Amino acid sequence: MRDGFKRKLARLALYVSVSLPFAQGAAAAEPLQSIGQGEGVLNMVAWEGYAQPDWVKPFEAATGCMVHAKYAGSSDEMVALMRSGGGDQYDLVSASGDATLRLIYGHDVQPINMALIPAWKNFIPQLQSPAFNTVRGVHYGVSYEWGPNTLLYNTKVFPAAPTSWSVIYDPAYKGKITVPDNPIQIADAALYLSKKDPSLGITDPYELNQAQMDAVVTLLKAQSKLIKKYWALASDEIQLFTSGDAVVGAAWPYQTNTLQAAKVPVAETIPQEGATGWADTWMISAKAPHPNCAYEWINWVTTPKVQAEQAIYFGETPANTLACKEMDAQQPGSCAQYHANAPASYFDQIKFWKTPRKACGNGKDDCLDYSAWQREWQIIKG
Amino acid sequence: MSLNRTFSVLGWRRPGVANAALLGLPALWFAALYLAAIGALLITSFWTVDDLSGNLIPGFSFTNFQQLLSVPVYTHIALRTIGIAAAVTITDVILAWPVAYAMIRLAGPRLRAVMMAAVMVPLWSSYLARVYAWRLILAHNGLLNWALMEIGLPRAHIGYSNWAMWIVFSYLWLPFMILPVAASVERIPPSLLEASADLGERGFATFRRVMLPMALPGMVAGAIFTFSLTLGDYVTPMLVGGRGSDFIGNVVYSNVGVTNNIPFAAAYAVLPLGVMAVFLLIARKLGAFDAL
Amino acid sequence: MRSETLIWAAVAAIFAFLFIPIVVIVLYAFSAAPIPAWPIAGFALHWFADTWHDQAVRQALVLSLEVASVATIAAMLLGTLAAMAVARMQSAAKEVVSFIAVLPIALPGILTGMALAAYFAFWGINLSYWTIVAGHATFCVVIVYNNVVARLRRMPRSLTEASADLGADAFRTFRLVQLPMMASAIGAGALLAFALSFDEVIVTTFTAGAQNTLPLWIFGAIRLGQQLPEVNVVVFAIILFTAIPVLLAQKLIGESGKVAR
Repeated sequence: MRDGFKRKLARLALYVSVSLPFAQGAAAAEPLQSIGQGEGVLNMVAWEGYAQPDWVKPFEAATGCMVHAKYAGSSDEMVALMRSGGGDQYDLVSASGDATLRLIYGHDVQPINMALIPAWKNFIPQLQSPAFNTVRGVHYGVSYEWGPNTLLYNTKVFPAAPTSWSVIYDPAYKGKITVPDNPIQIADAALYLSKKDPSLGITDPYELNQAQMDAVVTLLKAQSKLIKKYWALASDEIQLFTSGDAVVGAAWPYQTNTLQAAKVPVAETIPQEGATGWADTWMISAKAPHPNCAYEWINWVTTPKVQAEQAIYFGETPANTLACKEMDAQQPGSCAQYHANAPASYFDQIKFWKTPRKACGNGKDDCLDYSAWQREWQIIKG
Repeated sequence: MSLNRTFSVLGWRRPGVANAALLGLPALWFAALYLAAIGALLITSFWTVDDLSGNLIPGFSFTNFQQLLSVPVYTHIALRTIGIAAAVTITDVILAWPVAYAMIRLAGPRLRAVMMAAVMVPLWSSYLARVYAWRLILAHNGLLNWALMEIGLPRAHIGYSNWAMWIVFSYLWLPFMILPVAASVERIPPSLLEASADLGERGFATFRRVMLPMALPGMVAGAIFTFSLTLGDYVTPMLVGGRGSDFIGNVVYSNVGVTNNIPFAAAYAVLPLGVMAVFLLIARKLGAFDAL
Repeated sequence: MRSETLIWAAVAAIFAFLFIPIVVIVLYAFSAAPIPAWPIAGFALHWFADTWHDQAVRQALVLSLEVASVATIAAMLLGTLAAMAVARMQSAAKEVVSFIAVLPIALPGILTGMALAAYFAFWGINLSYWTIVAGHATFCVVIVYNNVVARLRRMPRSLTEASADLGADAFRTFRLVQLPMMASAIGAGALLAFALSFDEVIVTTFTAGAQNTLPLWIFGAIRLGQQLPEVNVVVFAIILFTAIPVLLAQKLIGESGKVAR
């Protein structure tokens, strides 16, 4: 009797996890052939600042698709949300390059018919079919905007911009430093170390072997004693700088813009070591309940006007080259300020987020994968 | 009507049948939804994840538990979580007593009603908004430090720290302690207290020898809430915690977010489950379920 | 006399502790700046109008009210039935029921949330309004249950027996004798259950899918960090509107002569 019950329970558990969204692999659907009537609703997972009323309200009026945005603070969270409830909860996600491949290989997103996205041909060449959203010639998303992770500092404490990332590892600012609570932050430290200590041989901050990782972890463990708070939400960092709890930290331009608008004395810079960065892609869920609205949205936000609005609001760079003129029209000088007309070399110098994998770019197989990064990050935080 | 009659006859002659009929729906609800879900989750904690495909491998392995025990950080986080939950519970017991005592023994019926309502108002004002308000109060340039400097004291550095979590959790769950403690104080017959006084006991001795033991079930009942609500939270550590303020809940939450680490999250979740099971068994012994 | 003064002083300090954050919430509802800082630099009323016109707030509020209502009704039904069954049982069985009923509240919310989300996925149930309700109802049952159990414990069994002796059937006895005696306990439990559901974050995060209940909207606003005064306006309004039911609950509990929970 008892055993029978146990067996049943075990079988139930098996069913549960087999059908867990996390283990599920949906067959890739055929891409949409034409955009039909909107479904009236659009559910999306987005970065903070990606669904602002400035362009959401006109979109809703024009298409009748009512937007429900859920904000996520990390790529991990985005992947989890896209898989929640069997994967049909959300239509769209603004995935960064460290989430896109996880979603593609997890069969969580569907192929995109680029013939239905007119703005695509005007994208900068690097973002038309980048490896992080195009696999074997199949597009699984439409590039959106990109930018660097910056060094944010209080201008009262730093009258001149710091020139090196070393300030966020400097005991002089103990208890006044904040960095993102995100394993991908390991790459920022790896980038800094690759310049500071070339003997480690770090060529790509996302491809670290155990010895390199150990060096990075040592640096980050020392840093953790200086940290006020690892910020999980963009508003955490905004609050930390507003209240004077932090004076320097790693940030997105979104925080800088929001803080400056609130007249908090802050500025941002890209130190000499360079920066990690993101390139975001709108992707449509494999089981999107509202695919027509999703296509409508992608077309809406890739127009030069919205591309420019988004760029200025968040402080990033549009994928659509035609947005430069719009940016200057909306805010003179913003095209150059946010590098919308920068040469290809600027794009190439940013180390864009990608998912760390065992297989290194150098053909070896001794790198640490993302789950190892996760574990290390938990240990660093203590 | 005759069916009704049959039921009532059955109900009186065979109480078991009536109980089964009454209990049927709630029992079905709990068994089919809640207990099944929790049970299934726990079983997955013995499973593993295939490194290459990321698929779950059913089976019976202690890999997750071994990892939890071998990496010291998970022990630290567990101890931090349980320690703060215990500190919060003790703090709330101490804070609840004066309020419960004044409410039941000192206040008139009108004042008592007002006090009771005042205890409940915070329950109605968003938990998140209150946590956020604390963040503003405890920040470097926040209300608390402003007040301290106004009266000529130095700044307190408690924003974004374990101290902040202790204060905020104690604050959040205090009403959940006051209510059952007040209820059990109310149940102490006044004659008993009078007898104690007649026998020459001073006020505090009466409290210690009569009230405290008699209100123990109420305190334990409150502790079930304060302890378990702290144990399972991850939002408050996220908002008001500092560096190194992760709770068990934060680790569980981040592992659910990572591809296929449900088994590991489930394994770590076994710990608060076990702690609460022991806690509830002790609570039952102390009669807390009658005082809930 | 002196010790009484001391106790009252402590009580005043503890109530200050309970209410300072609420005062802060209300104050910041009038703050002009979108990002809260102390001291408040300027005051404005426009956040009230903004909140009123914010569709997202309205939808979230409506969803939360619906969920809390349905979950409370389910909890009233399940909790009352279980309590009535328990009232007739001997103590061992009684304790088992009490133990199981208290589990959803005593076990960490993140556990409940995770387990339910996986369980719904197993049955192919899409996360929806109903999955939120199911989760909330589960942890609300215990509150109604406890209130009713406490009431029944004090209700002499002789009353129902007398009713039966006088020829009333079970339903008649229930309707005319038991229900009126339990009503205020059920009502008081229901109000607390409603409050609990209305403010729940952690379980809801896992069972809600794309919809926002009010607490989830508040969490979204907090993470966005740009409409925090709207959060304060909403909470301020909720406090005003709920002062009434809280006082009402007080009256109900007062009648029963017992403190809830």
